[in-house]
Amino acid sequence: MDNKKVPLLEMKNVSKSFMANQVLQDINFKLNAGEVLGLVGENGAGKSTLMKILFGMGVIKDTGGYGGDVLINGQKVVFDSPFDALRAGIGMVHQEFSLIPGFTATENIVLNREPQKANVISQVFGERLDTLDRKKMNSIADSSIDKLGVHIDKDMVVNRMPVGHKQFTEIARELSKDNMKILILDEPTAVLTEKEAEALLASIRGMASRGIAVIFITHRLQEILAVCDKVLVMRDGIIVKETPAADTNVSEITKWMVGRSVESGVKAVKAESAASSGNVIMSIKRLWVDMPGETVRDVSLDVYDGEILGIGGLAGQGKLGIPNGVMGLYEAGGTVEFDGQKIDLNNPRKCLDSRLAFVSEDRRGVGLLLDESLEWNISFPAMQIQNKFLKNYLGGMIKWRDDKAIEEVTKKYIDSLQIRCMSSRQKARELSGGNQQKVCLAKAFALEPRFLFVSEPTRGIDVGAKSLVLDALKKFNRENHVTVVMISSELEELRFTCDRIAIVSGGKISGILPASASSEDFGHLMVSNVR
Amino acid sequence: MTELVKSSGNPLMDSIRSFARSFGLPRLIIAGFLLLLFIMAPFVGANFFTQLSNTLNRFSWNAILVLSMVPMIHSGCGLNFGLPLGIIAGLLGGTIAIELGITGAASFWMAILLATPFAVVFGIVYGFLLNKIKGGEMMIATYVGFSIVSFMCIMWLLLPYSSPNMIWGYAGKGLRTTISLEGYYIGALANFLQINIGHLSVPTGSLIFFAVMAFFMWAFLHTKTGTAMTAVGSNAEFARSAGINIDRTRMLSVVMSTWLGAVGILVYEQGFGFIQLYMAPFNMALPAVSAILIGGATVNKASITNVIIGTFLFQGIVTMTPTVMNSMIHMDMSEVIRVIASNGMIIYALTRKSEVTR
Repeated sequence: MDNKKVPLLEMKNVSKSFMANQVLQDINFKLNAGEVLGLVGENGAGKSTLMKILFGMGVIKDTGGYGGDVLINGQKVVFDSPFDALRAGIGMVHQEFSLIPGFTATENIVLNREPQKANVISQVFGERLDTLDRKKMNSIADSSIDKLGVHIDKDMVVNRMPVGHKQFTEIARELSKDNMKILILDEPTAVLTEKEAEALLASIRGMASRGIAVIFITHRLQEILAVCDKVLVMRDGIIVKETPAADTNVSEITKWMVGRSVESGVKAVKAESAASSGNVIMSIKRLWVDMPGETVRDVSLDVYDGEILGIGGLAGQGKLGIPNGVMGLYEAGGTVEFDGQKIDLNNPRKCLDSRLAFVSEDRRGVGLLLDESLEWNISFPAMQIQNKFLKNYLGGMIKWRDDKAIEEVTKKYIDSLQIRCMSSRQKARELSGGNQQKVCLAKAFALEPRFLFVSEPTRGIDVGAKSLVLDALKKFNRENHVTVVMISSELEELRFTCDRIAIVSGGKISGILPASASSEDFGHLMVSNVR
Repeated sequence: MTELVKSSGNPLMDSIRSFARSFGLPRLIIAGFLLLLFIMAPFVGANFFTQLSNTLNRFSWNAILVLSMVPMIHSGCGLNFGLPLGIIAGLLGGTIAIELGITGAASFWMAILLATPFAVVFGIVYGFLLNKIKGGEMMIATYVGFSIVSFMCIMWLLLPYSSPNMIWGYAGKGLRTTISLEGYYIGALANFLQINIGHLSVPTGSLIFFAVMAFFMWAFLHTKTGTAMTAVGSNAEFARSAGINIDRTRMLSVVMSTWLGAVGILVYEQGFGFIQLYMAPFNMALPAVSAILIGGATVNKASITNVIIGTFLFQGIVTMTPTVMNSMIHMDMSEVIRVIASNGMIIYALTRKSEVTR
């Protein structure tokens, strides 16, 4: 790395508050061309806000701007909108995709910057009616995909792509901009498989060697160590540590992030032995589920009473389809027996009546009433299914909502799961991702189920919340004797938490291994019948 | 409801801010305008108490029609532009009660009884339709309203009514456009315990009846089923994953709304003194929709308070503007202002919808 005198990007005493709530304080750092900066911190530590300031997002201005200075090449800049930031050579790849589903990769990459050819009509009516120069578009797309160093089909329509390729398309779009100097990647690997993530890391290195500065935000700390020159650790709105990546390790970073050591907690979970009794409590036979993007073709699986079974596999192979199908949220067929009784598929109510519960991977879409209070969110299913938190009048004719009982149970779970909120009446929308996940768990716990499906419980949440969530699951399993089936993309997490792990590949179970089996064995199963 | 609870920081500033936010700018403007009208009334020669009585009366006629918006808003079916459907059920009940020769206040209760089966059947068909087109409810509801009104224009002529109080004198068949309720249920509620002090007259019975209906609605929303209804409106997928039958819950809300529409029009008639047929139901939906919006409801959230405040503000404007404005500028502006207020409010609310869902 060549260290120039004037850094490409510098932040001086940057601070930001929302109303009276100080979310950023005294942020100082420098970034040189060709450097990769890893930005880590728990959810709510202020990473996203910092990046929003840098990218000139409207929210910042709407809520009263920020304090301090942002300097690019030593010059103070103020971005009024993301367009200004783009013009200054800052590109950002967001966690959520911003691609047009019906367009091909090429079309998305050059969107609104398409090279054009004049034609007869445009000669008369102006350049808005120019024809697109497809050849040039393709060459731009090719070169930016080349820069990326990953092979993606530039003619594939975005909505047919696997998630990983969508992510690469987004990055390629940023790379295709000629003046690109600083690229912000907000959790780009969260949706990628390990192999794709490796390819991405390699391409980040490539970009850096071409002189692009990269700010890399992720919860996967190994990635930070593998690719970054410098690590910036944030906690509660301040930078708690800035260090060269070569001088540190995962556990150290984790400690800085949460201000305490979490690794031990995660490991301890595994140490306990399986409390499985050996009785089959759920038997799934020849299950198929028609869930778009997660089709299950033919799954047969036995779950033992009292165990924690993990279901892993690559994205799009059908692991998410299993709980969604069994719980009746997507159309399914086959037979599922629970505790010796056959369960009706395609009928959520029947499953819930048999005391099954499900924490969905789609927190905001299925898991929560975003515009209602935490009280409603946590108590609603238990109220509707088991008639809890109700007062009966007129011999049960009138089932009156018992707001006091609801408040009590909500407070209980706020305490026991350490949900960070202002009150039990706060709206679910206002919580951070990790806390929303805890609300989803509390909702399932309030049902007092005998069997719990948990789908991607740690997706998009930070290390601290992650270990809390996993601990809570483990505790729930051991203390209440609840069988838990946990579906996750992160194999390490499954190995820490589960007794056995089933790997799904191509819509089928390709094998079940004890958690202690080696990574190579799991990897082998994952790709065994990928379609 | 929970909207009001936003906390922390300086409690006083907070409560002022949350009040301003929850009360809403349009409501403040309209309330201010109404207040201005009340203040100006004596100066242009109108008696304050007469004006207040008029406003209270019109409130008592319309409140239940506005209340009928609530169930469908809660279940996520949006604003009930299909209110004419419920009104038709009410009109059928009212005309059949008269046809059966029931007189006096009894005919009012009979009319409600007779309207109920129509409202339930209409509601089920309407609910079935709305369940087929989730997401486009309000558009379809508007056309359901249009269609049923036109269809009934034919039916009012063809149905075999024979009571001489209702049919055209010259043809001997077909219902008249306006039917007087003299001798039937005129004032059936309003005259009950009516208070008359000088120029002030309070339709106590109508107000009590509304209070009872509003209480039942409030109570319903606090029951298990009511809670489920609100949840369906808030996030249908969440409700489904909690084992709620979404279609059935929505259907129930539509039936409730339709029945309340039927009762609402009967209450309106007993105060107004006439049954209006043919195109009249057509003009009832928009004022009711805009009243609840002025009251602070959004496309997917509404409370009883919204109903009361909204009806009072809207009807206040409608009754006050003719007297005050006309004597000031000697021109009939009331209808114009009413149309601007009601349609403007609806546009405002529909643009706010996207804000809420985002």
